[in-house]
Amino acid sequence: MAFPHVRRTRSMDFNKKGRLSNPCLLHRSKSSKTVAQLSLENILQGTTNTAVSGHSRVILEPSVKPRDAKPRLLLMGLRRSFMDFQVWDFPGQLEYLEPSFDLEDIFGSLGALVWVIDAQDDYLDSVARLNRTILTVQQYYPGINVEVFIHKVDGLSEEYRHDAYQDIVQRITDELNDAGYENAPVHFYLTSIYDYSVFEAFSKVIQKLIPNLSTLENLITTLGNNCGFEKTYLFDVLSKIYIASDTRPVDMAAYEMCSDYIDVIVDISELYSWDHPLRKHKGEQMQEAESHVVLHDETMLHLMEMNKYLCLVSVIRNPEAREKKGLIDMNCRTFQEALNDVFSRSWEREEEHATE
Amino acid sequence: MDARKKKRKVLLMGKSGSGKSSMRSIIFSNYVAKDVRRLGATIDVEHSHVKFMGNLTLNLWDCGGQDAFMETYLASQRGNIFSDVAVLIYVFDIESREVDRDLDTYNAIIQALREFSPNAYVFCLVHKMDLIQAEHRQRIYEERSALIRSRSEHFRIDTFGSSIWDQSLYKAWAGIVHKLIPNLTVIERFLSAFAKKIDAEEVILFERSTFLTVTSVSSEVGDLNPVYDRHERLSNIMKAFKHCAARNTLTTPASAGFVVMHTKTPQFNIFLGRFTDNTYIFLVVPPGEAAYNCAVLNTMLAREGFSKAAASGRSDGFPLPPPETPEDAVANGVAAHG
Repeated sequence: MAFPHVRRTRSMDFNKKGRLSNPCLLHRSKSSKTVAQLSLENILQGTTNTAVSGHSRVILEPSVKPRDAKPRLLLMGLRRSFMDFQVWDFPGQLEYLEPSFDLEDIFGSLGALVWVIDAQDDYLDSVARLNRTILTVQQYYPGINVEVFIHKVDGLSEEYRHDAYQDIVQRITDELNDAGYENAPVHFYLTSIYDYSVFEAFSKVIQKLIPNLSTLENLITTLGNNCGFEKTYLFDVLSKIYIASDTRPVDMAAYEMCSDYIDVIVDISELYSWDHPLRKHKGEQMQEAESHVVLHDETMLHLMEMNKYLCLVSVIRNPEAREKKGLIDMNCRTFQEALNDVFSRSWEREEEHATE
Repeated sequence: MDARKKKRKVLLMGKSGSGKSSMRSIIFSNYVAKDVRRLGATIDVEHSHVKFMGNLTLNLWDCGGQDAFMETYLASQRGNIFSDVAVLIYVFDIESREVDRDLDTYNAIIQALREFSPNAYVFCLVHKMDLIQAEHRQRIYEERSALIRSRSEHFRIDTFGSSIWDQSLYKAWAGIVHKLIPNLTVIERFLSAFAKKIDAEEVILFERSTFLTVTSVSSEVGDLNPVYDRHERLSNIMKAFKHCAARNTLTTPASAGFVVMHTKTPQFNIFLGRFTDNTYIFLVVPPGEAAYNCAVLNTMLAREGFSKAAASGRSDGFPLPPPETPEDAVANGVAAHG
């Protein structure tokens, strides 16, 4: 990374606060980087390697498979994050469509395929390879979402960026149409690591894999309307990917502030969450963390921990809403209960499956 | 009034390219570390007036470091540059290949300083520490600062290892401004009385625009906190967030800031708020909703005490110059009880 800021090396999980039993998580170690950091690094590695024309990443649904002899790179299983995603990071030069690779092993139970195209490079090869991959995979696994990240757009001018986007979209959809495959589930994103667009894009990818997304969105929209929130995000604390948001228009400024505010709270928690027998409580308090800050222009950011992995962050600009902090807290608690209801159901189901 | 508004001359010197202007921009002009590559070389002396704690104006002389400039400082400009200096900040580049020559120049500067301002404070920053591998940092820093000390004549100097890429820069500059605030003992006495009253683990006072630690007190329990560099890290964290807020509310970092921040977690509660016009107060209290709210209310009351003191003739809540009368202590005591 170009900017080795303290924040970037943070590894502390916001939810631990000493309740944590595993002390090694408190120390910084390479393995405890957030998904997003790893993703970014791997995008960088992949795209700076000149031999790599297309660099693909695969996100798989649960179930850890035993490693076999076939060459592949398992990036990480996000065991400590909100959903059990596995991210597989494929070396770009790997010819996985050859018969020596087991397609079922790679693409079976796959949720999404993320394909990264270097927009600053000659992308024709990469696009052709992607088309081949989509057509092959689609025959056997039609349910896979294909997500195309048109990456490194920071180096392109506004106009050229748009042209490149149009060109790539055109080439892929034309090719797929010619092959008789219409309305393919292929989505395109312009990304760059120098702003938050890659987080935004990954958030969208992940959201498609969340079973109760519409329920969550409805709940958040209702909450936001009743509390006068301008924009609300439900974040996965560790990766800073948002798994749901209200249905208002995308607001990058709000996302950036909310995401950085989580950083602030996580970093401060790291400084003051130490255990000592002399540290005594002085009374009752909620078990979940809650924080809010009022900025110079009277904007308020409100953050509330929802469960071990998630927290709700909202931007409040309505002056009347700011006065009613108590009500907002109460509404958020109600939302928290609803949220845990939604998820406990799906988790229960999973456990049932596991015990069967 | 004017007598109180002391202007203190601060010389920032060191070899060309050692990072003087970069760190000045980060600390006082709201640059972020990656922006400083835009800075060109400093030509001759750049004067800037930095307001710190409102009524303490630092008259910062950023002296270009090329040999040609250095020679004029030591010869024709000697009296002009080195008279009335309150503080000399000398920056060493850890990566320099001509250590002996650097030390010779430093020694020449020190001699000139002894001639014109024998009472100045001297701070030496061993800069760009990030370029040294972490495991060797402490050793190399200690060797270098021993060398520097040996060439410092009778001056009692403070040395800091620093880097613009982490919190060590804030530590070094907090150390420097700590020495410059004239009535610090009063502030500290007040803060420790106040911390005891509200049963806080730690109370930190930050300067508003730079977010440098002015001073801090911690209780016996708060002293046990294993994170020894927490103050610098807080400066870094809050300043980074200030930049983010400025970017996203379309304003300049200088005018961005926080009105108030509350954080409640099962392990600690934190309150950050404006205290005087130029400071933020940062309270760490144990968990407990009621106790926390009391602490916040008490802070507000203490703040009123300060603004009253300010209204009755003192330019800022914190009286300048150092108190000779017992009134100040009484005023502070009342605030603490409030």
